[in-house]
Amino acid sequence: MEFNVNHPILFVLVGIIIAAVLGQSVYFLLKSVKRAKTINMSSALVKKTIITAAIFTIAPAIAIVITVISLSQSLGIALPWLRLSVVGSLSYEAIAAANAASGMGTTLAELAGNINASQYLTISIVMTVSIMVGIWLVPVIAKKYQSGLMTFENKDKKWSDILQNSLFIGMISAFVGFVFCDVSRLWSESARVVESTNNITGEEVVTVYSATSGLIPVLVMVTSALAMCLCGLLINKLKWKWVNDYALPICMIIGMAVAIPVTAWLA
Amino acid sequence: MKDKKTMTYMDSVHRDGRIWNISMMILLLLFPVVVGLCFKAGPDWAGVGLGLLATAPMYWAVGVVEVITFIPMLGAGGSYLSFVTGNISNLKLPCAINALENAKVDSKSEEGEIISTIAIAVSSIVTTVIIALGVLLIVPLQPILEAPVLKPAFDQMLPALFGALGVALISKNWKLAIAPVVLMLALFVFVPALDSGMVGIMVPVGVLFTILTSRILYKKGLI
Repeated sequence: MEFNVNHPILFVLVGIIIAAVLGQSVYFLLKSVKRAKTINMSSALVKKTIITAAIFTIAPAIAIVITVISLSQSLGIALPWLRLSVVGSLSYEAIAAANAASGMGTTLAELAGNINASQYLTISIVMTVSIMVGIWLVPVIAKKYQSGLMTFENKDKKWSDILQNSLFIGMISAFVGFVFCDVSRLWSESARVVESTNNITGEEVVTVYSATSGLIPVLVMVTSALAMCLCGLLINKLKWKWVNDYALPICMIIGMAVAIPVTAWLA
Repeated sequence: MKDKKTMTYMDSVHRDGRIWNISMMILLLLFPVVVGLCFKAGPDWAGVGLGLLATAPMYWAVGVVEVITFIPMLGAGGSYLSFVTGNISNLKLPCAINALENAKVDSKSEEGEIISTIAIAVSSIVTTVIIALGVLLIVPLQPILEAPVLKPAFDQMLPALFGALGVALISKNWKLAIAPVVLMLALFVFVPALDSGMVGIMVPVGVLFTILTSRILYKKGLI
C-alpha cells in the first residue's frame, strides 16, 4: 500500500478513535443526567446547562478547526484532526510536530507534499507521547486526591470554600496577566521587534509591531468585561433572567467582533 | 473492591473514568502501530528520541502540574473527560466554571460534580462534531475561516473569553483577586520572557500564589 497523508485508511483509523472519544463523552453525559434525575435535580437546570455549554463551545471550536487547517498543509487532514480532537491544544500541536520534524533534520514545510510513512509515524509518536501525562495520571491519582480534598473540607468548611475560589481566581489572574504581556511595546522599542520560528515552515521570522499593538488584547478584554457588566445590569435591574444563560458566549463574541476594528486601528 | 450495591456514585465515576482513560491511551498508542503495519514502515527512532527530548520534558512537567491544579476545579467526571479531549484552560474549564456559576451550585458538591461533567461532556461532543464538520467541509470552509478580516477576531478569543469570565468571578471574590492579579500584571508586563506562550505555565503559579495570599487573609480574619 502506497502511503500518502490523506490515505483513506488513515481516516478510518482516526474515525475509530474519534468515535471512541465521542462515546466517552456521551457515556459521561448520560451517566450525569441519570444521576441528576436520581437525586432530584431540576431537569430544567440540566437542560439549560446542556444548551449553554453547547452555545459557549461554538466559537472556540471554530478556532480549533483553523488550527487543523493550518497543520493540514504539511501533515494532511487525518493526523491534525486526530490530534486536535484528542488531548490536543491549540498551542501544543504545532510545536510538537515541528520538534519531531526537527529531530529528523527537516521542517514541516519541507515535508509538505512529500512526507513518507516513516516520517509520518515519527511525528505522530512524538505528538502523542509528549502530551499523554494527563490521560494516565488522572486515573492513577484522581480518586485518592479527591478523597484527600474531602477529608480536608470536613476539617474546615470555610477555608475549603475559600481554597476552591482561590483555584479559580488563580487561573483567571494568570490569563488577565497574559492579556497585558505585550503592553510594554508602548515604551520599549526592543519589545516591538519579535524574533520567532514559524512552526510550519521552520523559517526564522522577524516581526516589527507598532507601539500600540499590545493594547489590542487589553481593549478586547475590557470590552467583553464591560459587556458582562451590562449583562449583569440587564439581569438584576430589568430582570432579564434569560440573559444569564447566554452572557458568556454573547460577551465573548462581542469582544471578538470588536477585535476586528481595534486591530485595524492599533496594529 | 466494592461490589455494585455498596459502590457510591463517585466510586462508579472513578471506576468508569479509569476504564475509559486507559482504553483511550491504548487506542491512541495503537494508531502509529497500525499505521506502521498498514504501510509496512517503522518510525525514525533517532527522530523520535530527539523530538521527544525537545518536547516531552516540558509538557510532561506541565501535564503533572495541570492534573494537580485542574482536578479540584473540573471534578472527577470532568477531569477524566477533559484530560482525554484536551483544550482544558481555553475551553473545558471556562465552560465548567460558567455552568457552575449559572447553576449556582457548590463546585465541591455532588450537584457541582454533575453540572461540571455535563458541561464538559457537551463541550467535548460539540467540539468533536464541529471539528469533524470542519474536516468534511474543509474545501469550502478554508477561505472563509482563513479570511484576513476574521483573523483578528480568532486571534483575540482568549482576551474576549477571560474578560467576561474574569469580571464575573473577580467581582464576587475581589479580596482574593487583588494580590494575584497585581502579581500577574507585574510579571507579564515587566518580564520580557513571559510571552503569550507562557500562560499555561503561569496558571499553576497564579493558583499557588492565590492560595498562599488567601490563607494569610483567612488567618488574619480579613475574608
